Amino acid sequence: MTHTGALCPAKMVGTMNRYSAFAVAREAFRDHAGWRRAWGNPEPKRRYDVIIIGAGGHGLATAYYLGKNYGITNVAILEKGWLGGGNTGRNTTIIRSNYLQDPSAAIYEKARSLYEDLSQALNYNVMFSPRGVMMLAQTEHEIRGYKRTAHANALQGVATRYIGPDEVKRLCPIIETRGPRYPVLGALWQPRGGTARHDAVAWGYARKCSDMGMDVIQKCEVTGIRQAAGQVTGVTTTRGDIDCDKLGIVVAGHSGHVADMAGFRLPIESVALQALVSEPIKPCMDVVVMANTVHGYMSQSDKGEMVIGGGADGFNNYTQRGSFHHIEETVRALVETFPMISRLKMLRQWGGVVDMTGDRSPILSKTPLGGCFINCGWGTGGFKAIPGSGWATAEMIARGEPGPLAAEFGLDRFAEGRFIDESVAAGVAH
Amino acid sequence: MLTLTCPYCGIACDETELSPGGEAHITRFGPGSSDQEFETYLFQRENPKGVHFERWRHAYGCGKWFHAARNTVTLEVYGTYSAQVFEPPQSVKDAISAKLPDWSWRGLA
Repeated sequence: MTHTGALCPAKMVGTMNRYSAFAVAREAFRDHAGWRRAWGNPEPKRRYDVIIIGAGGHGLATAYYLGKNYGITNVAILEKGWLGGGNTGRNTTIIRSNYLQDPSAAIYEKARSLYEDLSQALNYNVMFSPRGVMMLAQTEHEIRGYKRTAHANALQGVATRYIGPDEVKRLCPIIETRGPRYPVLGALWQPRGGTARHDAVAWGYARKCSDMGMDVIQKCEVTGIRQAAGQVTGVTTTRGDIDCDKLGIVVAGHSGHVADMAGFRLPIESVALQALVSEPIKPCMDVVVMANTVHGYMSQSDKGEMVIGGGADGFNNYTQRGSFHHIEETVRALVETFPMISRLKMLRQWGGVVDMTGDRSPILSKTPLGGCFINCGWGTGGFKAIPGSGWATAEMIARGEPGPLAAEFGLDRFAEGRFIDESVAAGVAH
Repeated sequence: MLTLTCPYCGIACDETELSPGGEAHITRFGPGSSDQEFETYLFQRENPKGVHFERWRHAYGCGKWFHAARNTVTLEVYGTYSAQVFEPPQSVKDAISAKLPDWSWRGLA
């Protein structure tokens, strides 16, 4: 899982292999001796124009779009662990943009549309699979809520529609639509939602960043943020001091911890959210289903495992584990909706530390510290947003001010009461 | 599974018997306060990696609210105490200091 690349040259610019069918054929004739490392393993330099803390999907995407959209390539991405080893490698890989509020729909749809051709843009197969996402309506309130969302999405240019129980059954025959307790009354259907390979998203961005001359530095923990006259001047790390003009904090569940180093607090609490997968079985489900009333969501991976999203802990913690009873609650709910999974064995379970804001919407914002920007608060739903989030954060860092995608997600919205309330609209699986 | 001892009825409760209530010792601000005080009260949280003081309710037991001192990284519980106090009792602070001499939490340590 860790690719630290000890053997690679320090300078990687322009030396990347281009992946193609032709390259595979070429390498087949020379024992695959020509493949180069996908990204470098450089020593930190003394100074960068921009430092991004956190080499997860959002941090790497931010760096990538800084280079691609703004030509800023003197960039370091610092990661205390390994690349994509936090929530990027711990989610259920669902991609959708069927949000109620306009600012959410805009940034999540930007992300979803970037996912459409991300494999081509990165020359790295992220296995985007727009297999369709349905959110089941199992109460009268959900019917009304999802119809409202479908209307809102129509105005926002997000392709979703409300479908009836017969179409739910046609799209996903393994659902028990008749109840008994919560019959399926309909669903909000986003045909171009789906899944992607989560690790590949991090790896693809890292590879491109490295190719643009950026330094992806793993095993480099930030231990302090240096500042002078209200302006950020650099960071202190386990691998020495590094100076920078601008700093992006993109560390998800540990945002509060890093913000504390920078001297400000956040309206965020960190909790463990867990997921689990079953033993692999033959293909039985080619859509993503979210059942918010009974509190569970499920899709089938390409390996055949049923990928199941569990509940978040109700109390602050940084454990990457999650409370045991949530597994039972989640599986119990899903067995009612998908009776055929009742005999399945669960293969493994894991947790990630998610950063929850008061209105369940993210924060893309300037901070009280000059030159320091933050991207956090994606809570339980960050993976789907990675390309759009990186796009918007890069714009904010490059220009010094949030652009149209990030503008509504500032920290000041809490003081002003200008919330982007998705907690009800998105239900459990935000 | 997290286990906390309810300081009112003395029972060691599994977390399934309890309802978490978030950060403790938050000063309530309402009408007449500044915008910043009100925002801080409503949204700003310590969210520490380490010692955390928090509210719990013994929901499926005596129903009383109480406070707990707990480590958010190790899940170690340092003690539980009455919710009717402005800061943790010395015995709880001492229990934390015995394990983590350098702990701090707002101005309490």
